[in-house]
Amino acid sequence: MPELDNSSTASADKVIAEVFSSLSIKEMEEISKRLRRHIITMTGKAGSGHPGGSLSAVEIVTTLYFGLLRHKPQDPQWCDRDRVILSKGHAAPLLYAALAECGYFSVDELLTLRQLDSRLQGHTDRTVTPGVEMSAGALGQGLSFAIGIAIAGRLNSQDYRVYVLLGDGECDEGQIWEGAMAAAHFKVDNLTAIVDNNGQQIDGWNRDVMNLAPFNKKWQAFGWHVIEVDGHDFTQLINAFNHAKMVTRQPTVIIAHTIKGKGVSFMENNPYFHGNAPNTEEVKIALKELE
Amino acid sequence: MPQDLSLRESYGKTLVELGKENPDIVVLDADLSRSTMTQFFAGEFPSRFFDCGIAEQNMVGIAAGLAASGKIPFASTFAVFAPGRCFDQIRMSIAQPRLNVKLVTTHGGITVGEDGTSHQCIEDLSLICSLPGFTVIVPADAIETAQAVRVAATSYGPFYIRLCRPKVPLVYNQDYHFNLGKAVTMRQGKDATIIAIGLMVSAALEAADNLKREGIECCVLNTSTLKPIDETAIIRAAETGAIVTAEEHLEHGGLGSIVAQVIAKHYPVPIEFVAIKNTYAKSGKASELLQRYNLTAKDIEQAVYKVIKRKSR
Repeated sequence: MPELDNSSTASADKVIAEVFSSLSIKEMEEISKRLRRHIITMTGKAGSGHPGGSLSAVEIVTTLYFGLLRHKPQDPQWCDRDRVILSKGHAAPLLYAALAECGYFSVDELLTLRQLDSRLQGHTDRTVTPGVEMSAGALGQGLSFAIGIAIAGRLNSQDYRVYVLLGDGECDEGQIWEGAMAAAHFKVDNLTAIVDNNGQQIDGWNRDVMNLAPFNKKWQAFGWHVIEVDGHDFTQLINAFNHAKMVTRQPTVIIAHTIKGKGVSFMENNPYFHGNAPNTEEVKIALKELE
Repeated sequence: MPQDLSLRESYGKTLVELGKENPDIVVLDADLSRSTMTQFFAGEFPSRFFDCGIAEQNMVGIAAGLAASGKIPFASTFAVFAPGRCFDQIRMSIAQPRLNVKLVTTHGGITVGEDGTSHQCIEDLSLICSLPGFTVIVPADAIETAQAVRVAATSYGPFYIRLCRPKVPLVYNQDYHFNLGKAVTMRQGKDATIIAIGLMVSAALEAADNLKREGIECCVLNTSTLKPIDETAIIRAAETGAIVTAEEHLEHGGLGSIVAQVIAKHYPVPIEFVAIKNTYAKSGKASELLQRYNLTAKDIEQAVYKVIKRKSR
């Protein structure tokens, strides 16, 4: 099993937003590649996990943690931090990789994913992992949780922003639409939802399992400001996030069109890798592709 | 005769007091604020009240997010809808992360009455007590309700408080002091112990008075903190050699099950269970339903006779 990439991108004692706001697209691409390598190595070592939906959201998470967020990895509970809620909790390997690269904990710890007593649980657990805001994994719950945090920020006159990353398949859950209605009703404009719209869920393509179309119009009808982007294009993602900050009196959703398993040829658009880890041989091939 | 007072109204008024004392108290409801009585708080503090509409799962999640941000959310609806409708949301968004959410539900039990089965929650205590980390309180009257709500507001962690719909007789006076986790001995007695919660405490006291006239002296225990249960008090109460539990809930998973577990572990004595027996109730007046499903003082008395017969000599 190959070693993890140990060249951390940040020292833990800096406010990351200041460090990364000046990153070039090329640098963000480098970070993304490193996150992808971590995802492959971690799930490969664990022998289980969800690489497909982790790989599809790499650019989204890279943009958030390395281009956008106001946070202090050395002080995960900092009260004015921007919050990222990973509602699609099965993408935990991606979140852990990003948190480690930011300096919330050591990159070495990534190899403990899913092991007994590891802080890196199979799905996120906010009680054990620095930087994890929500215990997730039971789909559909993150948007509501994020609304609560956004409302609290408003009540406290704090100017942090709340980002919630949803899966498209996750939007089958009724609670998502309860939350969508409420976020618009309560006019939480400090909240941005991002849908990792990779088009697939465990049993296959969304359109075959449970059709979400017209997805864009659904969010609009629920009172959201909707932006659609290529979820692997940093420029589009950064512009969308910055645009969302300017929208007032309504929440914004960024529908990010992505490819499940992105970056590894045999994983792309392959629903098998939603919930199955690559074997030793597949890890080798994948890492070679990600060099 | 003791005065009949509404637990819900007591809750609603206490919330307003708490709201004045602590700006971090926020309240959520799911389109039932006139029934749960959170309307008083809504009127007083509109910016800290969030009506989530008929969407309990979302309400629970918003409450969890507020708690994760340092607020002290009280979320209310009928017991059939929380935990009934949103068990997984309570499990993953509140219980697992041990967030400081206070679920105060009303219309617990069958005394909801005429609305019938769909609105009569007889499973909530079983569901909520199964969740690690939850503190569960079933107050016996309006005075205990006010104090339990205050204690929940000032104690960190997830709380569930179950209130019933009808007014119930006061079993305490204003001098009462609610101690979280401590059972209250309401009557001393040597022949048997009646352990009760909620509106069955008043029935238990009535039963104990009636039995005393027949020469049977019952100890009566109010275990209003159902979880964590006061094991010490139950073990001490078991020294009478016979126990009857009384609750407005299914026999499975509520007070009876919890007491039986303590007794089986520490001090095995015969137990009889006054509870709803593996069935759903129907529409009817609260008093008619309590009679039909054997939840009256008379039923407790019969259970005491029965359990005393089983005592080892």
